[in-house]
Amino acid sequence: MDSFALLLAATLNAGTVLAIAGIGLLINERAGILNLGAEGLMLVAAIAGFATAVHTGNDWLAFCAGAVAGALMAAAFGVLVIWLNTNQVASGLALSLFGAGFSAFVGVGYVQGKLGDRPQFSVPFLADIPFIGPAFFRQHPMVYLAIALVVGVSWFLYRSRPGLVLRAVGESPESAHALGYPVRRIRMAAVMAGGALCGVAGAYLSVVYTPLWVEGMVAGKGWIALALTTFATWRPARVLLGAYLFGGVTMLQFHLQGEGVEIPSQFLSMLPYLATIVVLVLISRNGAWIKANMPASLGKPFFPGS
Amino acid sequence: MSRLELTGISKQYPAVRANDLVSLRVEPGQIHAVLGENGAGKSTMMKIIYGAVQPDEGQIRWNGEAVKITSPAHARKLGISMVYQHFSLFDTLTAAENVWLGLDKSMTLPEVAKRIVEVASSYGLDVDAQRPVHTLSVGERQRVEIVRALLTKPQLLILDEPTSVLTPQAVDKLFVTLRQLSDGGCSILYISHKLDEIRALCHHCTVLRGGKVTGEVDPAKESNASLSRLMIGAEPPPLRHESRTPGATVLAVQQLSLAKQEPFGMDLHGINLEVRAGEIVGMAGVSGNGQQELMAALSGEDPRAAPACIRMDGKDMAQASPVARRAMGLHFVPEERLGRGAVPTLSLAQNTLLTRTETVGRLGWIHTGQVQRLAEGLIARFNVKAGGADAAAKSLSGGNLQKFIVGREIAAKPKLLIVSQPTWGVDVGAAAQIRGELLKLRDGGCALLVVSEELDELFEVSDRLVVIAKGRVSPSVPTAEATVAQIGEWMSGLWPETPEATQEATAGVATKVAS
Amino acid sequence: MIKLEARPQPSRWMSLASPLMALAITVLIGVFLFVILGKDPWRGLQVFFIEPVKNLYQISELSVKATPLILIALGLAVCYRSNVWNIGAEGQFVAGALCAGWVAMQAGPDTAWLGRGIVFFVLIGGVLGGMVWAAIVALLRDRFNANEILVSLMLVYVAELLLSYLVYGPWKDPKGYNFPQTITFLADTRIPRLVPTLRAHIGVLIAAVAVAGFWLFLFRSYRGFALQVGGLAPAAARYAGFSSRQALWTALLISGGMAGLAGGLEAAGPLGQLSPYVPAGYGFAAIIVAYVGRLHPVGIIFSGFLMSLFYIGGELAQSRLGLPKSLTGVFQGLLLFTLLACDTLIHYRVRWQRAAAPSNVTKAA
Repeated sequence: MDSFALLLAATLNAGTVLAIAGIGLLINERAGILNLGAEGLMLVAAIAGFATAVHTGNDWLAFCAGAVAGALMAAAFGVLVIWLNTNQVASGLALSLFGAGFSAFVGVGYVQGKLGDRPQFSVPFLADIPFIGPAFFRQHPMVYLAIALVVGVSWFLYRSRPGLVLRAVGESPESAHALGYPVRRIRMAAVMAGGALCGVAGAYLSVVYTPLWVEGMVAGKGWIALALTTFATWRPARVLLGAYLFGGVTMLQFHLQGEGVEIPSQFLSMLPYLATIVVLVLISRNGAWIKANMPASLGKPFFPGS
Repeated sequence: MSRLELTGISKQYPAVRANDLVSLRVEPGQIHAVLGENGAGKSTMMKIIYGAVQPDEGQIRWNGEAVKITSPAHARKLGISMVYQHFSLFDTLTAAENVWLGLDKSMTLPEVAKRIVEVASSYGLDVDAQRPVHTLSVGERQRVEIVRALLTKPQLLILDEPTSVLTPQAVDKLFVTLRQLSDGGCSILYISHKLDEIRALCHHCTVLRGGKVTGEVDPAKESNASLSRLMIGAEPPPLRHESRTPGATVLAVQQLSLAKQEPFGMDLHGINLEVRAGEIVGMAGVSGNGQQELMAALSGEDPRAAPACIRMDGKDMAQASPVARRAMGLHFVPEERLGRGAVPTLSLAQNTLLTRTETVGRLGWIHTGQVQRLAEGLIARFNVKAGGADAAAKSLSGGNLQKFIVGREIAAKPKLLIVSQPTWGVDVGAAAQIRGELLKLRDGGCALLVVSEELDELFEVSDRLVVIAKGRVSPSVPTAEATVAQIGEWMSGLWPETPEATQEATAGVATKVAS
Repeated sequence: MIKLEARPQPSRWMSLASPLMALAITVLIGVFLFVILGKDPWRGLQVFFIEPVKNLYQISELSVKATPLILIALGLAVCYRSNVWNIGAEGQFVAGALCAGWVAMQAGPDTAWLGRGIVFFVLIGGVLGGMVWAAIVALLRDRFNANEILVSLMLVYVAELLLSYLVYGPWKDPKGYNFPQTITFLADTRIPRLVPTLRAHIGVLIAAVAVAGFWLFLFRSYRGFALQVGGLAPAAARYAGFSSRQALWTALLISGGMAGLAGGLEAAGPLGQLSPYVPAGYGFAAIIVAYVGRLHPVGIIFSGFLMSLFYIGGELAQSRLGLPKSLTGVFQGLLLFTLLACDTLIHYRVRWQRAAAPSNVTKAA
C-alpha cells in the first residue's frame, strides 16, 4: 500500500512537467499558433534554470530564469511566424534544433554540476493522513501551482473576456482583425506566455525532478506535451488529466524496473513514446470531432492586409 | 451639415491606384448607394471610412469636423458601423458572444444578450442570442451582424453587398429594416453592383469606375442602362441567346443523397437532375444550401455517392475519380480560383497540368515545351492579360485568372461542363466574355450546368432553371416561363413536392420566408 | 517603421540570395560568439571554413559526412514539398542501419560465393529497414489520421532504444570486451572506397545519381508534380484528382528508404559495425540541409557540403581551439532560423514607411 502511495506521488511529480508545458502549448494553440519548438525551448530553459540554481542556490530564481529563457526563445519564434509569416512547422523545428544545440553548448560546463541538498516539502496536517498524505501532500509546491494554473487558465478561457478574445483570434484571426483587435499582438502575447510556461516546466525538470544537467535531458517531453494538447482537445482540465496519465506511464516503467521484471530496460523506456503514439492514434481517429474542436486557424498564417 | 464628407481621397497600392481623388457626401438619414463593378475601388473607400486603411491624401469630415479615422475602434466610437460582405463571425461562439466581441467593454455579456433581444425586436429582426453561430443559416448570420452594428447606435451604417446571400423575399424584409433605420436619422452607405436594388431603395447614388467618381445621381430618375453607362462606360454588351433544341441527356443524377462531411456542412437529399446536350441548366440558390457538396459529388472530389445515381452518357460515374470523369468528357470550373482551380504560386503553364494531361507522355514524363505552348494558346484565345505563360497564377487579376481557368476547361472540348459561380468577383468586361464563351460552347452541342448566386446571370444564359435549397433540388422550369418572384420562393425551399410547401398549401397560408 | 508588402510574383533572385544571406548572418553571429568565448574570431572562421577544404584528404572527409546528409535531404525534400512532415528521418536512418547491419552480420563462409556482391544486399537491407520504419508513420496517418510529426519523432526514440537493446544484448560481440557493439563487419560487406587511401566511398556516386534522379522526379514527372500540388494547394490537388493517400505513402516510403540507405552506408562504411554511435544526428541535420538547399536537388548538394563543413569545423574547433563540439549544433540551428527569416524576402518586399499623415487632415478638437 505504501509503495502504491509513493507511486501516486511520483506520478503527480512526473505529470507536473507535462502539465505546465501542456498548458503553455494550449495557450499558444488556442491563439492559432503551433509551436513545435517546445522541446528546444524546454532544453534551453532547463540549462538556464540549472545554471541559476547552481550559482544562486535559489530554486525560485531558477524557475524565473527558465520562464525568461522560454519567453525569449518564444519571442524569437513569434517574430518569425507572426510578423514574417514563416511556415510554423519549419520555424518550430528550427527552434527545437537550435535549442538542442545551444543548450548543449551552454551546458558543457555544468554536466558534473550538483545542486545542494534537495529540501523535502509537506503540507502540515494533511501530510500525516494515512495513505492520502504520502500520496498527495508531500509534493514540491510547483505541483500544486500546476493544478492552480490549470484552474486559472480554464477560468481565463471560458469566463473572462480576454479569454474569449483569445479563442476568437484562434478561430478566425481575419474576423478578429476586422473587428479591430490587434491580432498579431495578442498572438505574440500568447506565444510568449506559453513559452514562459514551457520554460518553467523545463527548469522544474532540471532543478527538482532530476536535479542535474545532461545534454538532451528533456528526452521528448516537449513533443509529448504537444501530443497532449491534441489528446486533451484543447481543454485545460483534460491537459492535466493527460499529463498525469503520462506521468503514470513513466512511473510504471521505473516501478517495473525496480520490481525486477524480466523485460529489458530499453523496452520499458520505450513506454512513454509508445504510449504517445497509441494516444495519438486513439484521439485522431475521429477526424470530424478533432476538426470541430480544434482552433480553426491553428498553423495557418495570418495576413492583416488582405 | 453633411453627416460624412470625403474630399479628394486617394489611395495608391503597388499595382493600382484604388481611389483617385474620390469625393462623397452623405446626408443624415440618407440611404446612399455606392455603385461600381468589381475592382472599381468601392471596398478600398469603405475601408478608409471604416478606419482599416489610411488614405494617402484627402480629407474626411464627420458631422462637419475634420477627422482622421485611425482604426475600426475609432470609427465605432465616432458612430460608424459596418456590416461586412463576408461576415466577421466566430462559428463556435454564440450570437451573444459574437456581438459582445464587436462592442467595447462597457457592457457585460448578460446585458448584451438582453440588449440584443430589445434591438432585434424593435427592428423586426429574428435573432436567437444563445445559439452558436455555426447552427445559423446565412440569412440569420447576417441578422446577427446587423444587430451587432445596431447596438453601437450608429449614425452611419455601411453595408457591403448585403443581398448576395439573400433570397428576393429576404431582400424585401431587409429593405424594410433599412428604411426604418433611415427614417430614424441613421445614414446608410449601401455598396452594391445590383442596379435594381439601388433604384428601389436608395435616395442617392455615387458611381465609381477605375477608382474615380464618374457620377452622382438620383437612382429613382435613372434607368438600368444609364447607371450601367456610368458604371462601365457603356451599356452592357448584349448576349445573343438563340433558342436551340437540346439533344440527348448527357448528365443524369438520380436520387443522389449524401451525408455531410464537414461539421458545418449540408446533407444532400434525393437530388434528381438532368442536363442535355446543347442546353444550359442554371442552378440558383443562396450560398450554403448544398451547392458545395453537390459540386464535389459531381466533380469527383467526393466519391461517396451511391453507385449509379450519377450517370454520364449512361455510364455510372458515381464513384469515379476526377481523372476518370474528365476522360469521359466531364470538366468542372470550381468557385474558388486560387487554391482550387489553380495553384497560386505555380505558373499558368504548370496550372494547365491540373486538368489537361495531353502534354504528359508515357511513364509520366512532362513535355515542358508542349505545356508552355498549350498555356500560350489559352492566353491568346481567351484574351487573358498576364505576364506570359510563366506568370504565377496569383499575379493575375480575378477576371483574367477566371478567363484562364474557364478557358482551360472549355478548350478541352468537354461533353459536359459544370461551372460554379462563373463571374464572382470578375469585372464586367471579363464577365461578359465568359458568359459569351459559355453560350458558344452550348451552341456547339456541349451540355452545361451553371451554378450561380446571381439570378440576373442565370436568367441571361440558362435555357432551364432549377433551384437548390437545404440540400434538395427543385424540378426544372424553362427560363422563358420563370419569374424572379417564383425562383425567389423556391430558393426558400418552397417548390411543389417538398413537405413544407404541402404544409403551407393545406394550412392556406400565403408564404413563409424561411431564410 | 518597417512594412512588408506582398510581391505579385515570388522573386527568383531572392530565392537564391536568401540562403547566402542567412549564411552571412550566421557567420556574423558566429564571430560574435567566438569573441565572447575569448577566442580569435579569424582563427575560428579559418577552422570552420578553410581547414576542412585544405587538401584532398579533408575534402574526402567532407564527402563522407555530406553523403548521408544529401541522401536523407533528397528524400525529405520530396516529403516537405508534399506537405508531409517527416521529422523522424533519424529513426529511419537507425532502422536502416540495423537492417543493413543484420545482413552484413549474416556474411560468412556460406555467402563467400557472392563476393563483393553482398554489399548490394546490405544496402537493400538498409533501404527496406528505413522504408518499413517510415511505413509505420504512413499507416497510422492513413488509417487513423495520426499526426506524422509526432509519430515519426516518437519512433526516433523507439529506434534508438531498440539499437541500444540490440548492441547491449543479443547482438553484442562476444569477443568485444563487453563493449556495446556488434562484430566488426567482414571486409566483403564493407562499402567499397573510391580510392584506397581515402575514406570517401561509393556512396558519393550513389548520391550523385540520386540527385539527378530526384531532379527528374520533381521537375519532369507527373507524379512529382502531383505530389507538389498536394503540398502547395490540397484543394487543387483534390480538384485535379491527385490521390492524397498515394502522395502520403510515396513521400514517406521514399524518404524512409533514402534515410535507411544512408544508415546502411554509414553502418557498413565508415563505422564498420553497429554501436550506440550510429545515431549521429544526420536525420535532423538533413532537415536543415533540405531547407537551406531550397528543397531542390542541386541546392541540396551545396547545403549538404555546407552542413558537413559545420560538422567537421566543429570537430576541429574542439581539438584545435578547445571549443565544445556542440557549437556545430548551434550554428546549424541558427542557419535554419536565419534562413526562414530571410526567406520572407522572397514573397515580400521591405518598405520603410513613416506613420501615414495625409497633408491637410487635422485631428478633431
